[in-house]
Amino acid sequence: MAQQFYVSPEQIMKDRADFARKGIARGRSVVVLSFAGGIALVAENPSPTLHKIGEIYDRIGFAAVGKYNEFESLRQAGVRYADVRGYSYDRADVTARGLASVYSQSLGSVFTAEQKPFEVELAVVEVGLTQSADHIFRLTFDGSIADEPGYLGMGGEADLVQQRLADAWHPGADLAVALTWAVDALRAPRAAAGAETADPLGPANLEVAVLERKVREVRGTHRAFRRLAAADVEGMLSANGRE
Amino acid sequence: MESHHRGGIPSLEAAGSSSSFLDFVTQSNPALLPFGRNLPAGQLPPTPHGTTVVALTFAGGVLMAGDRRATMGTMIANRHIEKVFPADRYSVLGIAGTAGIAIDIVRLFQVELEHYEKIEGTLLSLEGKANRLGAMVRANLPMALQGLSVVPLFAGVETGTSHGRLFSYDVTGGRYAEREHHSVGSGSVFARGALKKLWRPDMDQDSAVAVAMEALMDAADDDAATGGPDLIRKLWPIVYVVTDDGATRVPAESLAPAVQAIVDQRTADGREA
Repeated sequence: MAQQFYVSPEQIMKDRADFARKGIARGRSVVVLSFAGGIALVAENPSPTLHKIGEIYDRIGFAAVGKYNEFESLRQAGVRYADVRGYSYDRADVTARGLASVYSQSLGSVFTAEQKPFEVELAVVEVGLTQSADHIFRLTFDGSIADEPGYLGMGGEADLVQQRLADAWHPGADLAVALTWAVDALRAPRAAAGAETADPLGPANLEVAVLERKVREVRGTHRAFRRLAAADVEGMLSANGRE
Repeated sequence: MESHHRGGIPSLEAAGSSSSFLDFVTQSNPALLPFGRNLPAGQLPPTPHGTTVVALTFAGGVLMAGDRRATMGTMIANRHIEKVFPADRYSVLGIAGTAGIAIDIVRLFQVELEHYEKIEGTLLSLEGKANRLGAMVRANLPMALQGLSVVPLFAGVETGTSHGRLFSYDVTGGRYAEREHHSVGSGSVFARGALKKLWRPDMDQDSAVAVAMEALMDAADDDAATGGPDLIRKLWPIVYVVTDDGATRVPAESLAPAVQAIVDQRTADGREA
């Protein structure tokens, strides 16, 4: 019988974390930021149908980076969780905090118990009645959970993206301004690599959605999530002197 | 598979599972369903019943209207009950039968459609929605045999067109496409007579509202379980229209004049019925 080599728990966890981080860093970034009229979710994503951003429930949205099959299964599970909860209690009883802690449990147990950790990083966001009531939760592959203030960048070279957002973001901006901040932040890693001219980032390879703050008053529906068409995104960016 | 069946967040098995909320809840938590239990033998105590929903097509869409009365035996259980609901953006449903179960089936159907849309990223076809509703009515058959029956009426617009369609159901979940108009509930025989005489092809929306009001008033006139427009309490039927813009509720401000016109006409005619 072959001899089992001893590997310390620290080493196992470190190897898993390195593996997951590498997988996530290969992908492109996603940005979430709160603005006066709601929360914008912006991803660099050339596919019009394979989404990195999705609707979970009335005021709750989802954004992810990493392996598509893994975060898509988590998104669907989140929709099931939210719909069952809203159906058995009330729509008002479905919160981003509840969902984020379920995701945290799930990611944490996969990280320690399964063959391989999920190579994903998630954002669970909930639009509030005021900008200070917005919630942005960041969930990492090991189940860590953080409550982010107003903005969040994740994915490949997230540090650069996050830094750019930290410099620009302040409360009270409108959607067009928030979009230019987001696109600026998503461009940061390319600019740093000197590849911006070779592969420009435009409306065609952006996926943009918003959670609208006053959706019931404005649209008469309980669902705050709305995707923006490429033409709308282009209009907003060019109105702010972009493209 | 364990976590999946308990309704928690599954790890990897979510991929490939159904986009139906009904299927998911049936597997993971059947007690949540309105028809998720076997009733013991015995007499059912009286329960509130809803009655009389009418629906008709018009040029550009389809309309559905329901009266506001729920009865429990010979007693009026509620004067404000709503029997017509938006199912999603492009469809509405009305219900007649045991109110408690019917309202839960409506809630379940609304979640079912929204759930599919969120999971798949696209709307169900109108036929698809009608079939899902049929499955729910069929699932309720054991309850119907015990006296707790629910009969819905479903109407919507095929996305991308302004062609309104109507579907009626029987208690076994049988689904029937109606071409012009239809009515369900205890007052439906009288409402249907009115619809037959008043409905015209290619009516505009305002005439459709007037026809629906008159049909409901005829039903209320001859059926004790159907409540007519209440001019004293200012209670009007619930009316929804579905066009290619989506489903919208017709506000009381435009129903009141339509009702008043019919009342005035009947007063002027001086006829008894």
